[in-house]
Formats: sequence, structure tokens, C-alpha cells
Amino acid sequence: MIESIEYWLHTHFSPAWAGFLGWVLVGAVYLGIFAILGLVLVYVERKVAAFFQLRLGPMRVGPWGTTQTIADAIKLLLKEPVTPDKADRFLYNLAPFFVVTATLMALALTPFGKHLQAFDIDIGLFFLLAVSSVGVVGILLAGWASDNKYSLIGAMRSGAQIVSYELSVGLSLVTMLLLTESLQLSEIIESQQAGWWIFRGHVPAFVAFVLFVIAGTAETNRGPFDLPEAESELTAGFHTEYSGLKFAFFFLAEFVNMFMIAVVASTVFLGGWMPFHLGDWAAFNAVMDFIPGPLWFLGKVVFIMFLMMWFKWTFPRLRIDQLLTLEWKYLLPLNLANLVLMAFVVLMKWHL
Amino acid sequence: MEALITFFLAGIVMVGGGMLASWLLSPKSSNPQKGEAYECGVPTKGPTHVQFKVGYYLFAILFLIFDVEIIFLVPWAVVMKKIGLLAFAEALIFILVLGLGLLYAWKKKALRWE
Repeated sequence: MIESIEYWLHTHFSPAWAGFLGWVLVGAVYLGIFAILGLVLVYVERKVAAFFQLRLGPMRVGPWGTTQTIADAIKLLLKEPVTPDKADRFLYNLAPFFVVTATLMALALTPFGKHLQAFDIDIGLFFLLAVSSVGVVGILLAGWASDNKYSLIGAMRSGAQIVSYELSVGLSLVTMLLLTESLQLSEIIESQQAGWWIFRGHVPAFVAFVLFVIAGTAETNRGPFDLPEAESELTAGFHTEYSGLKFAFFFLAEFVNMFMIAVVASTVFLGGWMPFHLGDWAAFNAVMDFIPGPLWFLGKVVFIMFLMMWFKWTFPRLRIDQLLTLEWKYLLPLNLANLVLMAFVVLMKWHL
Repeated sequence: MEALITFFLAGIVMVGGGMLASWLLSPKSSNPQKGEAYECGVPTKGPTHVQFKVGYYLFAILFLIFDVEIIFLVPWAVVMKKIGLLAFAEALIFILVLGLGLLYAWKKKALRWE
């Protein structure tokens, strides 16, 4: 399908225009993915939360409440954006740009399937780490520029938290880089042809997976690590003063960030769009190959996102000192030890 | 490169367009109380931008050390399989030194939140 669109563009326009229009189309498609992802994830989160608490969740708008988030989005669009008088107007309005642009650039790397990736850069994983940590600048700006004490405390907490857990995310990915030998996302997936790294990488790969999911949950400001926006103490944290669509942007970006953590986890540990194979059992492998790659990919992503929602509705919220203790006294030393262990496993060629 | 520019501009178009649309569509009314900071209805006391807790600053410094460590480790991790024992030994020393650094910060109570 992509080839036919490209062919149509090249037959109707000059090469320069065709290239330009192609990129405009890609941009528009990813904006659509961003918006739809956010809306669907908000609905799923509310439903999952409801089922965990033996409620029904949104049921009124549309069948089973499926159009609830669309109604919410329209309502937010029609709300008046109120800016506090004492806020720094320029920085206040700049903050959503930072958050959304950083998230969108991370989303560009998503390998939905074989050759189904908008931006397959050779330093992919490194780029992802770099871009995803730009979002924290937007959060700090939002908290600082709002001129609200709750916002400032929320932003500071968020900064300390994201920056700390960034280390665990980075180190657990470095642990896996020892096996993948490449930073390019498509090559990482190709290297799992014989089996997913979580199965082939011995114990350290599994430990790295667990550490990555914990640190990833914390990095996206999700519960039980959601104290930058702890509603019982800070009203809404760094986006207290944001209303209307500006608030919606922070909200959307948070959900898409969660999606990105799931994407990285499924790409590096669970083999992205690679189907599950069982040794030499040809009949089983043929059935698995029959399921298309994008479906495998989305299935893995949904599994990890469900895991993260499960965390949120199971564990109580941590205190800021407990949060930093968990990272610096438990996860970080464990990660360093795990990295050395993995290097040893690779050195002895114990991995499969 | 084109992809980078595309996605950068797409982000700006999304937020800018959204803000413009909501500015055009939304009702407007003015009220002196509307512009006040929302701190649960209680009037805000004193300036917001006061000197902030130094603990956050300490963690930011520590983060810097370990983040640079990760940047150094990324190229090592990619080629470790090819080089073998020598790369392993060197990285072991590197990680050991930084582990000692973490231990030092721990013993100096830099990791304690007060």
C-alpha cells in the first residue's frame, strides 16, 4: 500500500514535490496515530481501572462508553484556556510544545512491522533515550511558569524522578545491547530471528526486563510512581494551571509515552514483530508465522501496557524519599551488577 | 534528516493548531479572580519562586555522573562480543570505579532524603 501511494505521488508530481508531499502525508498519519492512541488509551485505562475496582467505568456515551473520550476531547477543545495573571506567558505556552514534540519524535521510531517504520535511524535506541528525556524540560517549564506552588513542587518532583529512573532505563537497555550488537531498532528485531532475547539471554535478560518495566513505569509518571501529580496533595501537580486543550496535550503525551515504553520493551526484549517460535516444531511455527507481524507487535505492546496499568491499580503511591531510595539504593546497584553478569554471560558464550 | 524535520514540525503544528482552534472556539470572559493561582481556593502567600530544596540538586549532580557513564557504556556494549576478554576487563574496572563512587555518595548520606 505504501509503495502504491509513493508510485501515485511520483507519477503525478515532480520528484521534489512528491518527496515533500510524501513527508507531509507521513506527518499527518503520525499525528492521527498520536491522537487516536491517546484517545483509545484513555478509554482503556478507565475501563481497566473500573474492572479492577469491580465497577463498570464509562458506559453512557456510545456502546459500552466507547465514544466517551471523543466527547471529552471535544469538551476540552471548547473550554476556555485560562492563563493565570502572574504566569510567564511565553514559557507557559511553550511547555506543551516541548512535551508533545518530544513524544512525537519518539513515536516516529516505532517499528510497527517489517519495513513499517517512519524513521529507522542507525542509532535508534540512543536517539529514543535522548528524545524521551527532552519531555522533562517541558514538565519543568510548565511547573515553573505557572507561578503556582503546587505546580512547582510537582515539577521538581517530576524532574528528580524522571532523571533518576532514566538511569535504570538506560542501564537495562545497555545490558541488552550486549546481545543485540546494534542500536538500530529494525536490526535489533532481526537479531531475534532464532528466539526472543528474553528467552535466549539467560537470567540477566529477564532481570533487565523486570528492571526496565519498573523504571519505565516511573519514567512516564505513572502510578504507583505518580507523585508529581498526586491529586491528594498537589491537586494536579505540574499541570494544575493548565486548562482546556493545553491540559489535554499533557494528558495525551503521558499516555503516548507509556506506549513508547511498551514499544521499546517489546522491541528489545520480546522481539517486536517477530512471531513466537518453538524450536524445530515446524507445524507450530507455521501457524505462528501465519499471524501478521504488526499484530504480534501490537499484542506485545498491549500486554506490557496492561502490566503497567495493573501496577497502577494494585500498588499504593510511594513517598518521594521511598521513590528515590528505590532507585538509588536498589535498582541502580542491581542494574550495575546485572550488567556485569550479562557481560560475563556474553563473554563465556552462555547465551543461546 | 527529512524524518526528523517532519516530526518536529508535526509536533509544532499539532500543538499550535490545537491552541489556535481552542482560542477561536472557546468562550471568553474576564473576572479578576479567574487569573489567580489555583491553590485550592486559599489566596497564595508570598512569592512562588523561592529558593528550593537542595536535595533535588544533589540528585541532579549524581544523575549527571551516571548518565555520562551510560553514554560511555553504549558503544562498549555494541562491540563487546567482538573484542571479548579485554573489553570485559576494562568495563569491569570502569563500572567498579563508578560503583565505588555510588558507595561513597551513599556513605556520605547524599542519598538520604531529609
